[in-house]
Amino acid sequence: MAETKTVYKIFWVWEFEKEERWLNEMAMNGWALKSVGFCRFTFERTEPGAYTVRLEMRGADEGYLDFMRESGAEYLGRCFQWIYFRKQASLGAFDLFSDIDSRMDHLTRIGTSLRIIGLANLLIGLVNALLSGSGAGAINLLCATLLMYGLGRITGKRDQLEKERELHE
Amino acid sequence: MINEPALTESTYYILLSLYEPRHGYGIMQQTELLSHGRVRLAAGTLYGALTALCDKGWIAPLPSEDGSRKKEYRLTDRGFAALQNELERLRELVENGESILGGNGNG
Repeated sequence: MAETKTVYKIFWVWEFEKEERWLNEMAMNGWALKSVGFCRFTFERTEPGAYTVRLEMRGADEGYLDFMRESGAEYLGRCFQWIYFRKQASLGAFDLFSDIDSRMDHLTRIGTSLRIIGLANLLIGLVNALLSGSGAGAINLLCATLLMYGLGRITGKRDQLEKERELHE
Repeated sequence: MINEPALTESTYYILLSLYEPRHGYGIMQQTELLSHGRVRLAAGTLYGALTALCDKGWIAPLPSEDGSRKKEYRLTDRGFAALQNELERLRELVENGESILGGNGNG
């Protein structure tokens, strides 16, 4: 059995590209992602650069996982709405999105769920603050602020792509 | 019908690949082959496009053979018409480009 190690690390939702870069740097150094949990990444020792790792936000969809497996990718697990894959580098290039439209769709998916969770937190926070008058709702309001900030970052990325889309696909 | 919006390159190659029935991975390979390696469809992009094209009725899944989880798709008559339409549009683009630039394709 291959040597494994577990790393705890926090990435904000708008940093998913940075997270993916980090996971691929780990793979380049001979640590391929094996499983994921909440802020928890478990790696196994492999040849350096043996795998390419990708992640994306997508709702539960068995058909999609089958489709990915069919194309040679290995499904590693899910953390909330985020799913993780890896593919042996020897099987060829591995990307999840190959055009601007699908990248924009992905950002829209992320934005939509941030908006829903953000609004829910705002509502719960306000109700708590009004009804109890104590600091009970503060944590929700803080979450709502953070989620709305995230939404802004994601929307910014999407707008950039949209601008690019005006000239080419 | 001639004023249908342009197809994306991905959509165009997916439809072309499905002139004969193929499953997802087969579409990726055929697209790469047809475009001499220039166009590579990523799995997430392809999956989304297949879903959208099925909804539109331009392609249809074939009844799956027993035991196989791989879904095969084929072009429908409407998909074929959409491809013809696009070909017409592309011809116009090429003709105009050649008549103005003198056909000295050096790009």
